[in-house]
Parts: sequence; C-alpha cells; structure tokens
Amino acid sequence: MSKLKYALFTGCTAKQSTPELLSSTLAVAEKLGIEITILEEASCCGASHLQDFDEFLAHVLNARNICYAEKLGLTMITICNTCQLNSAMTKHALDSDPKLKARVNEKLAEVGLEYKGTSEIKHFLYTLIDEYGLDKIKDKVTVPLSHLNIAPFYGCHNIRPSELHHGSNNGENPYNPTSLDSLIDALEGHPVDYDHKNKCCGFHVELQANHTSEVLAGNALLDAIDNNADMMVTPCPLCHLKMDTYQDDVAKVMGRDVELPVLHMPQMVALALGCTEKEIGLNFHVQKAAHIIPA
Amino acid sequence: MSKKRKVTIKAFRFNAETDYLPYYKNYEMEVSKDELVLDLLNRIKWEHDGSFSYRRSCRHGICGACAIKVNGKSVLACKENAMELLDLFNNELVFEPQSKKRAMKDMIIDKKDFWDKHAEVTPYVVADVDPHPEHETKQSIAEFDSILDADLCIQCGACHYACPALEVNPDYLGPAALNAAFRFTVDTRDNAGTERLELTSQPGVGVWDCVKCFECAEACPKEINPIEKITKLHNMQFEQGVARSNVATRHAEGFVRSIRKHGFLDEADIVVYSEGYLGMYKHLKTAVKMMKAGKIHWQDGVPFIDNMPKIKNLDEVQKLIDISMTNKL
Repeated sequence: MSKLKYALFTGCTAKQSTPELLSSTLAVAEKLGIEITILEEASCCGASHLQDFDEFLAHVLNARNICYAEKLGLTMITICNTCQLNSAMTKHALDSDPKLKARVNEKLAEVGLEYKGTSEIKHFLYTLIDEYGLDKIKDKVTVPLSHLNIAPFYGCHNIRPSELHHGSNNGENPYNPTSLDSLIDALEGHPVDYDHKNKCCGFHVELQANHTSEVLAGNALLDAIDNNADMMVTPCPLCHLKMDTYQDDVAKVMGRDVELPVLHMPQMVALALGCTEKEIGLNFHVQKAAHIIPA
Repeated sequence: MSKKRKVTIKAFRFNAETDYLPYYKNYEMEVSKDELVLDLLNRIKWEHDGSFSYRRSCRHGICGACAIKVNGKSVLACKENAMELLDLFNNELVFEPQSKKRAMKDMIIDKKDFWDKHAEVTPYVVADVDPHPEHETKQSIAEFDSILDADLCIQCGACHYACPALEVNPDYLGPAALNAAFRFTVDTRDNAGTERLELTSQPGVGVWDCVKCFECAEACPKEINPIEKITKLHNMQFEQGVARSNVATRHAEGFVRSIRKHGFLDEADIVVYSEGYLGMYKHLKTAVKMMKAGKIHWQDGVPFIDNMPKIKNLDEVQKLIDISMTNKL
C-alpha cells in the first residue's frame, strides 16, 4: 500500500484548550506512517454558531478552507465532529447547488481562490478504519488495552444527519454505530454497551441553556459509569470539553458523584501504540486519567 | 433475504388506568421480508393479545398516527420494513411508545404537549382575507420554493419526541413547532412573521435552546430536516432585526469578531464577549480548573494581551468577511 497522505484541518480547539488532541493525532499518524500536512491557512468552521448568525458567510469561509486541501490534491481530514459536520455541510451545499457555488466562488475570486469540489472530507476516525485498516492497527498494538472497559461516545456530528455523512463514514448507522466499538476491539479493550453512546453531550448550549447541557452530559456519563466503564472515549473535542471539564457541575445537577476519565480517540490509539506520555498528554485533562496507563 | 426469520419482539405494555408501572412482554413470530412494523403491531394484537393498543389509520405514511420508537429509533410503523430493522439491531426489536412518560395505553401516548407547542407558533396564515376576492391569491413558484419542504410535515411527532432538549426543558418549542413557525413566517401572504420571530427568539423557548444534535433530521419520516429550518429562523432573526443582544446572540455573532482577529475562534474571548465581564462570575470556577490543567492561561481573555495563534493568510479571511457578511446584531 502506498503511503497515506492527508491535509489536516485541526480546528480551533486542538490549537487551544485541547493541545493533547493535536499531539496525539500527530503521534498516531507518525507511528502508522501516515503523512499529515497541517492546513495552517484554515479558519474556524463556525461550529454551527456562525451558521446561525450568517449562513452564507459560513459557507464562504468553509469553502476557503476546503480550497487549501484541494490545492494540495489531498483528502481533508478532521479531528473534530463539529468541524467535520460544518465542512461537509458546505461541501454538500456547494456541490448540489450550482447557483450557491457560483455565489461563493464570486467571493473567493476576490482573494484568488476557487472552490472546485475535488477534495473529500473525512474524520480521522474513519480514515483509520476504512483506509488504514483495523487489522493493521491491531498488528501495531504494543500496549493492549485489555485492562479497560471503554465506553465509546460517538458525538452527534459524525453520525447525524446520516444522509450527509454516509459517503465518508462508511454508512455508520446513527441508531447503532459500531466504528468506535470496533476500534476499541482492535486495541484489545472491552467496549461498553450503553444507551447513550450515540446521544448529545450538550456542549453547544453550555452558555445559554446550562441546565440542559449539564443534564445531557450527565445522562451519558452516568450511563457509562453504571455500565462499569473505566473510561470514555470520543472522536470530538467539544464532547471532550463538555464531558471532561464539567464533571463536578454535572454531579451537582445529577445529584450523584461523577468521576470518569474521558479520552480523545487519538489519545486512546496513541496509548495502545506505545506513544510517549507527553504525546498522549493526559496532563491536560481536568478529570485526571493517568491511572488508566498500565504501570 | 427471502427467508422468513423467527424473532422475539419485546413490547412496552402499560395501561394508565390499571397498571402501577409499565412492563415489557415478549412475542415470538416469524417475520417475512415484506412485512412492515405496522404488520407486526397488528399481529401482536390479532395473534397474541387483543388488548394490545396502538394508533393506526391511513397506512400510507400521511396521517402520522402510527409513529412509535423501535430500539430508540423514531419510525412510522406503516413505512418501516421490519427485516431492515432486524438487520440493524441484530435481530432484537423493542417496540416502545414515542414517549414512555406520556404513555396512556401501550403504544398510545398523550400528545397534548405536542399540540400545545404547535398552537403556540400560530401555525396558519394570518391575513386579512377579502371574502369576495376578484382574483385568486396566487403564489409564484419562487414563493412556494421558499417554504422549502417545511409544508410536508404530517405532525406525527417523530422529531418532537426524539429531541433531547425538549426532554429536559419543557418550555422549549421543539423542532416540529419551529418547523411550522418557519413555514408560515416565510409565506408571503402571512402577516404574523414578526410575532413568530419574536417568540422563537426568546431564550428558554425558541431556537437558542436547540442543542444541535440533528436527532430531528434523522427522525423525520418525511425527510424534512427541521434543524435546517431552525438555522433559517436564526438567520431571519438577525436579518429582520428581531434578535436582541443576549448571551446566545452575542455568542453567535462573536464568532465573526474572533475569526476576523485570529482566523481561529478565541475560546476564552468568546465566553467573555458573550457573557460580559459581569457574567463571568459563573465561569470563574471552570476557568480555574482549566488553568490548572493547562487548557487556558491567565492571559486568555484579558484585553490588550494577544497570545492567540493566528492562521496563515488571515487577510484573506478578513476580506471575505467584509465582502460576504450581510447580517448584524
């Protein structure tokens, strides 16, 4: 197999509050021999909030990001579900509506760019599974996760709306997703089956509907805990921020203790592949997680 | 696929008049490839237990009566192939009402909350109607197209009872009512658009309580995508000057401010900008936690200290914002 090459859209979170996501992603890519070019020109995807304010502007900025992946002739990979959703929504809107594409390109021409629609957009989770392959990842495991019950938390924006994602997530069914479960299996961990694995974490209404946000996060964290999870894993840094940073607030709202380490998907893979502690970066978590590393 | 499959169906049973608690009962049957969930509901009633209750009427996916949940997935029983669900859920099917806490008898729920929300958005064209018009009030193709597919709603409640925000906050209007609000607000014959936009911009009630999970888009059996209409309502509130400055609207608009400065979202600044300095007391504890973990730094969010990373070619983004942005707060 020729070397896999991707253009990485880091998103804002990996460059600020979750640096461990970026370092573990790059460490995993290096271990697996995947070549990554970071799109340093890419701006924020709008996170669905810019879309609420000005949908057209959000399309223009996302189209600009995709232009830079197109220039490299590479698939654009994301490490955030919300980046994935918003980039894919722009791609879908422009590819299916020639008038909108022309309007966006009229703006992009002002800065010397043109959106063509030639680059795919795919979350790193699915490139690992569909393009690199679980069997090959399994072969590279040096620290089997067999001591851990791991609750997969899928995050909405990789699985819904399914129509939008089916081209890039191998037809994952939002009502019974399996990708993270099979990745955990490949790393020899024990996937935890629980109802809230495909539900919302509440991150997006953290400011304006705080109670809703805490209850949704609490439902998922407690469901995982009640099903004997030692840790949770998620492909989305926004889910991670909600689930990791706010556990004491969630505990107050839910009236129960909540203590569960939450890992980013690439951190879990990095752990199993024997990457360094610095690369995995568990020190950047609010809910301490160091005890999941076998002594 | 053509083979019959022997399966066990687990069905939610409850009679609000006689039962203290709901329970589940198993029904064994052979399912053939063309059978719908509605056929299986019928067979539970006709072959196993005549008291098993559910709503059904048109059998053509248009009345919305037979909406239930199968393994948590919202379905119209008369549209959903049973074999496909058996494949999806590894041969174990669980039939439940759309909302267990609203169950009256088995699959039948009290939909009062759904209809109340629907009524709140004035779901009809408000206009002074001339009782003796000389001409028809015609709609152009473009006017019709602006409604998108919002008019296809059959009020089955699939999106409403799939919405997790509504489950936590009973004041939230929810996706079905917001879809209806959009449908009549864009109708050029209607005069109540501003009132609907005012209502749907209210914190705790309107569009700002949507958690963006896309459960509604996934649940709709008519493939309407209610959250698309919720985004349109958000945009219309800004376009028509209905949006008031509050934590949610500043949060949306604040993205432009950040992106213009750095290309990235400034995570600390967006919270300060949305909440205002006085509102920051709510976030002090979180800020301290995040600082201890090295997620944020003391300089973050402090005015005049800029330690933010910046994207390459930021000038392009600034120019695109200047020439593309149409809305303001």
